Amino acid sequence: MTDVTRAREALVTRILEGDGRASPAQRRAAFAREGLDEPLQTLVRKVAEHAHRVTDADVAAARAAGLSEDQVFELVVCAAVGQASRQYDAALAALRAAEGT
Amino acid sequence: MRLAILDGGHGLGTKALFALIRAFSRQDVLDVIKLVKYRPEFYGGPMQGVTHEAMRGPSAWLVGDRELMAAVVARANECEWCTRAHTAVAEGAYGDRAKVSAVLTDLESAPIGEPLRATLRMLRKLTTGHSVDADDMRALRAAGVSRAQIEDALAVSFAFNTTARLADAFGFTVPGPDAFAAGAKYLLARGYR
Repeated sequence: MTDVTRAREALVTRILEGDGRASPAQRRAAFAREGLDEPLQTLVRKVAEHAHRVTDADVAAARAAGLSEDQVFELVVCAAVGQASRQYDAALAALRAAEGT
Repeated sequence: MRLAILDGGHGLGTKALFALIRAFSRQDVLDVIKLVKYRPEFYGGPMQGVTHEAMRGPSAWLVGDRELMAAVVARANECEWCTRAHTAVAEGAYGDRAKVSAVLTDLESAPIGEPLRATLRMLRKLTTGHSVDADDMRALRAAGVSRAQIEDALAVSFAFNTTARLADAFGFTVPGPDAFAAGAKYLLARGYR
């Protein structure tokens, strides 16, 4: 395993399984971008699909639904790392398919 | 920043560090630094490990090539903050502003080698479409890109597809060019740790 692979796996393990203010179940759902209640689901989907369209109102709605700033921080991080991880895994699978390994 | 904790929720030691940075650089602390220094044990610490390894670890790609990949990924995400930041670092790394500008204006006619061009094309597709297929990878190999170079480029893509999302979701403030120039100088001297 390369150093960067190991570092990436440590990051994913930390944000999903380490201590946090949001529950591990919520963090895993944000990472997978599915199974969350509104308005959090909308925020997480926007972070994954087109983060430049996230607005003040999206974040304010998550806060108004009872999430603390620390919980929003953690769940947005999980959503971003989750989408980047799916892209990364898809590309590595395409590379393995091309190389026949 | 849309979360007040990212602007001012840091511990006293970190606040003192920020005061030093402001005094020495005569610039405000960049929002990305505020992000990675907020509860660094949760995200910033492990992420800096990934980013430093991807951007400065051993690779057949030059530092300038990898910063250019970061800028192209940022642009494909429509992240103005990250595009400006990594355009500045790539320009500094190459010592060539025209080349970086040409790539961001029109990748197909830019004066770069075919392996890098093909790699940037794949990263743009992966970033905007969230996937690529085996044919895309065969095209890269045919253009002379090694398997290790593809894996290295994908690590850069991972780092900046994460960071660009956070910059936009948390609402980073885009500072003036002097702040990005100072940031670029720091990243070229010290890396991402």
